[in-house]
Amino acid sequence: MSAAKTASRAARRPAKRQGLGLLWIPLIGCLLFLYIPIATVVVLSFNSGRSALNLKGFSLRWYPELFSDADLGHALVNTLLVATGAMVFSTVLGTMLAVGLVRYRRSTALDTMAMAPAILPDLVLAIGLLSFFTWVGFTLGLTTVMIAHAAFGTAFVVAVVRARLVQLDGSLEEASQDLGAGWFTTFWRVTLPSIAPAVLAGALLSFTLSLDEFVIAFFTNGPNSPTLPIEIYSRVRFGITPEINALATILLLVSIIAVVAGALALRRTDKTDD
Amino acid sequence: MARTRKFSTRALLGAGSLVLVSALAACGGDDSGGAEPDKLDADADLSKQSITVSNWSGYMPDDIADQFKKATGASMKSTEHATNEEVMAKLTAGGDSGIDVAFVSGQYAQALNDAGLLEPLHDDLIPNLKNLYPEATELAFDEGNKYSVPYTWGTTGICYRSDLVDPAPTSWNDILDPDPKYSGKITMLSTERWLALPAQKALGYSVNTTDDDELAEMQDVLVEAKKHLLGYDDTTFYEKLISGEAVMTEAWDGWCGYGTLENPDIKFTVPEEGSDLWSDTMVVLKSSENKEAAFAFINMMLDPKVHSWVTENVYYNVPNAPAEDLVPAELKEQFPQLAVTPEQLGEGEVLVDLGEDSTKYTDLTTDVTAS
Amino acid sequence: MSRAPATGARSRRAAGAFFLGPGLIFTIVFVVVPVLLVLSYTVFDRGRFGGIQYTFNLDNFSRAFEPTFRKVLVSSLGIAAAATVIALAIGYPVAYAIAKLPERWRSLVLVLVVIPFWTNFLIRTYAWMVLLNTQGVLNDVLVKLGLVDERLDLLYTKGAVIVGLVYVYLPLMILPIYASVARLDNELPEASADLGASKFTTFRRVTLPLSLPGVITGCIFVFVPSLGNFVVPELLGGGKTVMVGNLVRDQFLKARDWPFGATLALIMVVLLVALFVIQSLVSRRYAVDSRR
Repeated sequence: MSAAKTASRAARRPAKRQGLGLLWIPLIGCLLFLYIPIATVVVLSFNSGRSALNLKGFSLRWYPELFSDADLGHALVNTLLVATGAMVFSTVLGTMLAVGLVRYRRSTALDTMAMAPAILPDLVLAIGLLSFFTWVGFTLGLTTVMIAHAAFGTAFVVAVVRARLVQLDGSLEEASQDLGAGWFTTFWRVTLPSIAPAVLAGALLSFTLSLDEFVIAFFTNGPNSPTLPIEIYSRVRFGITPEINALATILLLVSIIAVVAGALALRRTDKTDD
Repeated sequence: MARTRKFSTRALLGAGSLVLVSALAACGGDDSGGAEPDKLDADADLSKQSITVSNWSGYMPDDIADQFKKATGASMKSTEHATNEEVMAKLTAGGDSGIDVAFVSGQYAQALNDAGLLEPLHDDLIPNLKNLYPEATELAFDEGNKYSVPYTWGTTGICYRSDLVDPAPTSWNDILDPDPKYSGKITMLSTERWLALPAQKALGYSVNTTDDDELAEMQDVLVEAKKHLLGYDDTTFYEKLISGEAVMTEAWDGWCGYGTLENPDIKFTVPEEGSDLWSDTMVVLKSSENKEAAFAFINMMLDPKVHSWVTENVYYNVPNAPAEDLVPAELKEQFPQLAVTPEQLGEGEVLVDLGEDSTKYTDLTTDVTAS
Repeated sequence: MSRAPATGARSRRAAGAFFLGPGLIFTIVFVVVPVLLVLSYTVFDRGRFGGIQYTFNLDNFSRAFEPTFRKVLVSSLGIAAAATVIALAIGYPVAYAIAKLPERWRSLVLVLVVIPFWTNFLIRTYAWMVLLNTQGVLNDVLVKLGLVDERLDLLYTKGAVIVGLVYVYLPLMILPIYASVARLDNELPEASADLGASKFTTFRRVTLPLSLPGVITGCIFVFVPSLGNFVVPELLGGGKTVMVGNLVRDQFLKARDWPFGATLALIMVVLLVALFVIQSLVSRRYAVDSRR
């Protein structure tokens, strides 16, 4: 290739040119696919009827009802506590495990063990943990749910981080250690930054999974502190009212606002560009 | 070097786990039946006691904890379960579930009692038992109310759109083998015993049958019926009636009321072949350490003013004579199911626990729904 | 495998213990032991009132291979596989697209993709019922646009179950693929382009193989829970599509036959572990290794 061509290619390199092109289609399509049912949920939160499935008319009645619903509020707080705790634990443990499995001890048996919760039916883990906690004498409550969700989430973090780690050829890390850095420094300064997107994705995954997880939470929870999925599911018998839709709408609003605000804040401090 | 270490780690893990598991196996599963009721003190100071009640969400007044405190001085917390099976799993898992009082359907109360988990009723602590209809004291799963107190009762039938179905259904065969124009617009209940019910009654069998030949016949009928079904639905069938996706549904009487509430054309009928009599009951767990408060709670629930709340808000029948008297007449007009007499309900066949044979119904359900 | 660092074998063992130790102990105590506990039930019997009767036998295994269960297993595998394939078809381009976004937008869009899953599962599934039912939104639109003459029976079908599963598990496909593809440091694709390869060849020869571990992870994340899900088949399938998840749930909860439930679960586990081991070997083959 001529030097001129290479040069002109280099000149074109500012990344903005490498646009998404056709990829906008699946991206927008996917977002539509994800959010149309969500839009349905929001619309139904304004239902004048009692139904979460049949729209009767327009009314704001469910929002005041939501705000006076203490049980739902407690459940929400419980869920957030559990999800945050589980996310922290599982991200830390999972990342460390992934590094250990890829860089230090390659073993299919250990791999399988580390990822077991992601390969097993959640009911098995749920009942297993119930039996285990009962036998050991652990009182069931939010702590046991957090432990259970951490165990569950770790597998997912391991899987995600691992998938990323196997792509890295370790030469940077070797160089770092050859230059005298200890294994921990190498991990902290070299490995971690290069797997950062995977760690974040894993954390996000773990949090998301815990937030809406019902089966394991149900079996490992005590009677006094339901999580949100448990609380909502328990209302199924006498009908889920649009109050739950209202809750979902509020949560959605809060999350989107928080995320957009966060992104805007980062924009100001963002020094790196592509 | 690494290889041998890996091997011995594995071996250690394996051995360790085996030991743990066998230890667990040896310790667990002690089905001790103790029939000795505790000695309870009728004058115990209830303000020192606190109970946890497990119930379906929305089945008790929201302020029940306050009412309980006012009435007895004891405090309570409530926890919820969505299905009988879930609370059964918790109660039978061994160890202390933390639950003092549970609301479970009759046949499950029977199963819990057979497993030795229930405290027999101390009648002296539940004077309001006298409010129960006589029929409610002779329910086959617990005759004489030894360990369970009926909270609500009712029957199963066909809930349908009277404006879309003409003539009105009168027989279980109207949903098992429907008129072609209704095909694909029918739902049946998905919970095992009730999924089988229409076939049982249409063929003239008992709701508690465990006879293999009868079950095989029922299976054939149900598999045929599946072809006309929109689906099996326990929780949103009345919504389907409201939207018109379905015109006839197998339904519990109380639930049909939720449909009627939104659309007065939705009506309920018990087919001529007869139906069941189900009951949701209150039981006290043997593991409870606050039994006096637990029984005081049950007693309070039988108070006519408290008990009538259920009928007025949940639209279920309660087996409590003075409570039913408190229910306004207009409500009974709007929901004819609520005007049903105990004698009429008593014609239904009571569901009992089938012990080991209950798995036959699980298999039946699987075979039918997977066909 | 990385070469031993200059700092020596002892330091290396310490490092290994540091990374692997806590996670493994946690996993052994809270995952391996509980699961072995449940799987140990497979060789016992259901007690008279539920619970376990500790008489050793292998009846559960022969029962698990009866026609009905076999049929359910096969059908479940098919549905789960369909959901996985569709999720991949949607998820891969989306993950790739997100990875190509300018850095400041990436996290935002990623979280936007995940936010719908912070609403309650039941409500989201109900939303699909509203959309797909014969009197529902989708049918309304199709009829008004004149695309169909008669309202379609979209709900309570296998198709509805598949759509529901895809919807529920899509982020589990997107996140791992994104993690694999992000910051592939355009160096490699750029180098490939510089060397004259077309965009497509670059994708096929460079990007795709590198993203394979993420793809496989994503597929497992969708396939496994799809098999075990019991809410979607119940609500969107009208209870007419029985999947393994329903079976296991029914045996554990309804029949209170923990031994048989555990047996069905064991079969699932064996299958899935086999799939996983294959995955593990494949991803190792694609792992970049400086010594190769």
